[in-house]
This record gives sequence, C-alpha cells and structure tokens, in this order.
Amino acid sequence: MENKTLFDKIWDAHVIKSIPNGPDVFFIDKHFIHEVTSPVAFLNLEKRGNKVMFPERTVATPDHNVPTIDQDKTIKDQLSRMQVEKLRQNCAKHGIELHDLGTDHHGIVHVIGPELGITQPGMTIVCGDSHTSTHGAFGTIAFGIGTSEVEMVFATQCIMQAKAKKMRITVDGELGPGVSSKDIILYIISQISASGGTGYFIEYAGSAIRSLSMEARMTICNMSIEMGARGGLIAPDETTFDYLKGKDLAPKGAAWDEAVAYWKTLKTDEGATFDLEYHYNAVDIEPMITYGTNPGMGVKVKDHIPTTEGMKESVKKSYIKSLDYMGFKPGEPMKGKKIDYVFVGSCTNGRIEDLRTVANFVKGKKKADNITAWIVPGSREVEKQAIAEGLVQILEEAGFKLRQPGCSACLAMNDDKIPSGKYAVSTSNRNFEGRQGPGSRTLLASPLTVAAVAITGEITDPRDLIEELALEK
Amino acid sequence: MAYDKFDILTSRVVPLSSENVDTDQIIPARFLKATERKGFGDNLFRDWRYDSEGNPKPDFVLNDPTYEGKILLAGRNFGSGSSREHAVWAIYDYGFRCVVSSFFADIFKNNCLNIGVLPVTISPEFADELFEAVEADPATEVEVDINKQTITLLSTGKSERFDINSYKKQNMKNGFDDIDYLLNLDDEIRAFEANR
Repeated sequence: MENKTLFDKIWDAHVIKSIPNGPDVFFIDKHFIHEVTSPVAFLNLEKRGNKVMFPERTVATPDHNVPTIDQDKTIKDQLSRMQVEKLRQNCAKHGIELHDLGTDHHGIVHVIGPELGITQPGMTIVCGDSHTSTHGAFGTIAFGIGTSEVEMVFATQCIMQAKAKKMRITVDGELGPGVSSKDIILYIISQISASGGTGYFIEYAGSAIRSLSMEARMTICNMSIEMGARGGLIAPDETTFDYLKGKDLAPKGAAWDEAVAYWKTLKTDEGATFDLEYHYNAVDIEPMITYGTNPGMGVKVKDHIPTTEGMKESVKKSYIKSLDYMGFKPGEPMKGKKIDYVFVGSCTNGRIEDLRTVANFVKGKKKADNITAWIVPGSREVEKQAIAEGLVQILEEAGFKLRQPGCSACLAMNDDKIPSGKYAVSTSNRNFEGRQGPGSRTLLASPLTVAAVAITGEITDPRDLIEELALEK
Repeated sequence: MAYDKFDILTSRVVPLSSENVDTDQIIPARFLKATERKGFGDNLFRDWRYDSEGNPKPDFVLNDPTYEGKILLAGRNFGSGSSREHAVWAIYDYGFRCVVSSFFADIFKNNCLNIGVLPVTISPEFADELFEAVEADPATEVEVDINKQTITLLSTGKSERFDINSYKKQNMKNGFDDIDYLLNLDDEIRAFEANR
C-alpha cells in the first residue's frame, strides 16, 4: 500500500471527483460562517434560486464586527448592526444554527468550533476567514475561502480546489522557560518568510509540538497562513482525545470508541514523502517579537532589528518603507522601546490558557501608567471560565479589565482601534499597516511577552522579569 | 456571479512595485461592512490612496494621471493575508481585469479566478523588465492572451507563457464560475454525503 501523509489521507477521502488538469471537487464536512464574508454569498445564492444543501453542516456566529462592551445593547455602528442583523435573518431563513451575541456559546468562530467539539480529527473545515487553519490543530484539513466559495459550500457542500503541495516542519526538543507556542510559530515564520509556505499545506511534527496543549497547537496552526500556507495540521493524539472527550458535540459512548479508533489512524505513514521539509530545535527558540509590517519580520526580543546589509535593492525599498511606517531604524535594539497599548485576544491567543498566562504573570503587579490594555476573551466560555478561576479578579487588581468576546482590535472592524502612530504589542496574528486601526503600529508577541510589556510599559523580554522575581525571592 | 468573458486584453499598465502587499492594504477591514457587492472600487488601496481627511495622496500611483489601464503590475507576494474576496471585488470594480506579479498569495489567486480577474504569474526577471519599461514610458502596452497563455510587452515583443489550468481557463473565457459546474453534480454529492 502507498505510504501517505496525514494530509493525503484526509484530502483523498474527501474528493468526489478529480478534473483532469483541473481542480478536485472537494467535499466539506463543516462550514463556519460569520457576518462579514457571508452576506453576499447568501445574496447570490438566492439570486440564482439555490438553497443551502445541508444546513446542518454550517454553523454561524457574529464575531468580526461586534462591540466588546455593552453587548446586551443595540450595536451603535449602523453598518455593523446591519451586518449582524443580516446574519440573523439569513440563518433563520436557511435553517442554520447561530450562536448569537450574548448566548452561551458566542465567540470567535475559531474559538467556539473546538470548544463545542464541532471540530474533530479527519474533517474538512472551511470558513470565509483565513485563520480557519486554526482547526488543523485537531488533525483536520481546515482553510480559509473567499465569498464565492462560501456560496459554493451553501449550494453544493463542495468547493473546487487543487491539492496543495506538502510541507513538514519538525520541531524537536524542549522549550526553555518563558517560551511558548506563539514564539515557535513567530520563529518559524521569521525563518521561512511571510511567503515561504505559499502553495503548501504544512504538517507540524516533532517532540516540541507533541508536548503542546491543544490551545498551544491551535496558536501554531492558526498562523500557518502568515507564511502563505493554506493551512497547517497536527496529527491527533491523546492530548487531542482528552480535549475532545465530553465536549458537547463530541461522539459519546460506543460512538466515541469507534471515533477514537479511526482518529488513531490519522497520522503520516513511515516512509511517506513531503515536497519540502524543515527541522528546528526548540532550544534555539526564544521569546519573539515582530518589528515590521508582515509577520515574517520578527526577531528575538533580546535582539536588534536587522540591518539592510547585503539586501537586494528591490527588497531594501520595501524593507525601509516598512520600518519607516513603524518609526524604527535598522540595527536598533527591540528592548526598551516605549509602547502605548497591549492587546490580548484573537483567534490566535484569546483562549483560557492565554488568559491564565497573563493573569499568572501580572498577579501582584501593576499595569504601567502609559499602557492602555485591552483583554478580550475569545468566547463566552473563555470569559466564564476566567471568572470561575478567579483570573478576572487578579487582572483587575493589576489594573486590567476583561472585555466581551469578539475579534476586536485584531482587525479593528469594531470600535477597538489603536490610534494612528501608537504602538501596540499584540497577541494577534497580523502586523500589517493599519491592521489595528488606520496608522496603528503593531508588534506581535506571545501572551507572556505582552503581559511583561503591560507591566513595564516598554518592550521587555519576559524572562528578565521572571529572573528578577526569582532573585527577589 | 457571472462576469465578463476574458479573451485578449491589450492595455496600458499601472505599476505598484511594493512587495508583500496584503489584502488589508488592498481594502482595509473597516470597508468590509457592506451586505452587497457595491462600491468597493472607491476604497481600493484606501489608506495609500487617501489621507485621513479623504484627500488623494499625490504620490500614490492610482492618483498619478500618468498611469492608467486595466492591468495592475504588482510586486512579489501580492494579496497575502486575509481571505477577503472584497479585495478582488475592489480591484475588479476599480476597472482592472488582470493582475501581473512574479508571486501571488494563494487564496487571493483563487479568489481572482472565481470572480473574473486573471492572475498572471511571470518570472521575476520579466517582472523587472515590465516595471522598467512602464517607468521609462507610461504609455507602454502589454497584451495578455488567455488562449495562447502568453503575456507580451508590445514595445519589444518580449513574451512569456503563463500557467492556468484548462478548467479555469475555460471558465475565464466563458465568464462561468464553479457553481455552474458543481450544481450539475447534485446526485453525486448527495450520494457521497449520505455515506459520511
């Protein structure tokens, strides 16, 4: 029998038909939708007189646009309100399950899918959102699609896709103290570049990846798109099964045993080949931060911004333009730069584990006066858990306030916008120009690094504070 | 939805040499609030094109009357980031039918093909040549022929072949999208689903 990669196994099992010298007709198990990329798809579906073929395979939640305060009140922004209202109408009309604002399972679509147990190994999952790759942490093929494809999934539960090339990234060894999965992925992107994964689907493997929790694995798969890869996935294992067991929509009883038996087959066979492989050592990875305007422009927090030495002229032009936007110069150290805002949240790092990391770190300390902090849980479930675990109290004592769930300042479609020219160290996924508000300057980092910045008011290697604290004791 | 058929396009070129242009630049998130596909062209490259008061920035290429045309010549890794199809709607709505680059982001390229903007990938060397030619003479014309899968710099006759799979090529030539094809597979899809 042919040796297959995990990606091959799931892909091949979902191809209804292959067009010679063309794409595959690819079946989608689960389709997530939100208010921003679905309305035109619904509109066109109706214009053509089509119906949603399998409404039970689509799940909806409003997340991109929603306010993170006063969610029980009417949304003030008229256009945002209309989009959310449209989603409600469309879901009601087409029989699609909606986790609406204020309900128990509302939240960022990529946070609630796993939380509810909708996301399960072996599935194909799409959403009109590039961070759909998050679900790959469960051993799924999950990726973002455009609105035309959202309409295709509504009408036919299929899209037309050419199979991607296969890449494996292996990270072996043990992570040092103060180093997290966000640092792993920022490190990988800094090595491969913001376009190095284009055309590939990535499998993450190795002992460092295996040692991670599901939350941490989701952070890694989430940012696969930031190197241009359509998605990334990790073979399911006991960590995956433990996470899923007992979740609302996970299989129960005999069905559970049957599912686990199948899930255990979902791994890359010995001898299966990849088009491209990278190997990294966990010991080389340290707390990371970005300094430019794409996620590939990252360095270790303790390091300096790279100089332009040896850079090709065309590359140099874009590089300098990027640093000018950030107000930085080549060769400057990262540490000590004054910061104005911190943002903890998003589908990358808005889960309970991230809030725990931040709360543990700031416990007994005080937020720096120059910092405005926005802490936004990824879902209602995360919010409830943070309250139950006493995290909210710890955060409040340190001068932070928890907002209500949504995508928030990650893309600043709602009112959570970083003002022009201000610096934000953010747990989110993109440092593009204006991403967090027109003129905003974003530096991406792990929740721990963001917590350290919130306390000192400047770029800080969290390990420096951990060492200081250890010395004080 | 159906779009205008693509055949042979001969046009002047608008050059935008920046690398890694992400879809947040092509259309910022705050302009994604529409519930219909209307007016996106007005906000194409919004924050590069206009200042915070809404005045055109004279140094941005779309505000430079020297350049015009239906072909956008872009830098490496064009269209990275968010999957928002709105980015391609904005490009189409503004009047471009073809984007030329030495490297496209994956989802962006797919979205282009789905709504009738032809993404043409060329070698980095030819891209440099095109940028230089357009800079030297903004009236430079380029011909994109989907039948022969060629792109030609008309002033020199230099030509390169580009890839497009035959299925998508037929779609572009006829103004079809995938739904037309998928709807015909209704029985096969239902049979497949029943076994899952």
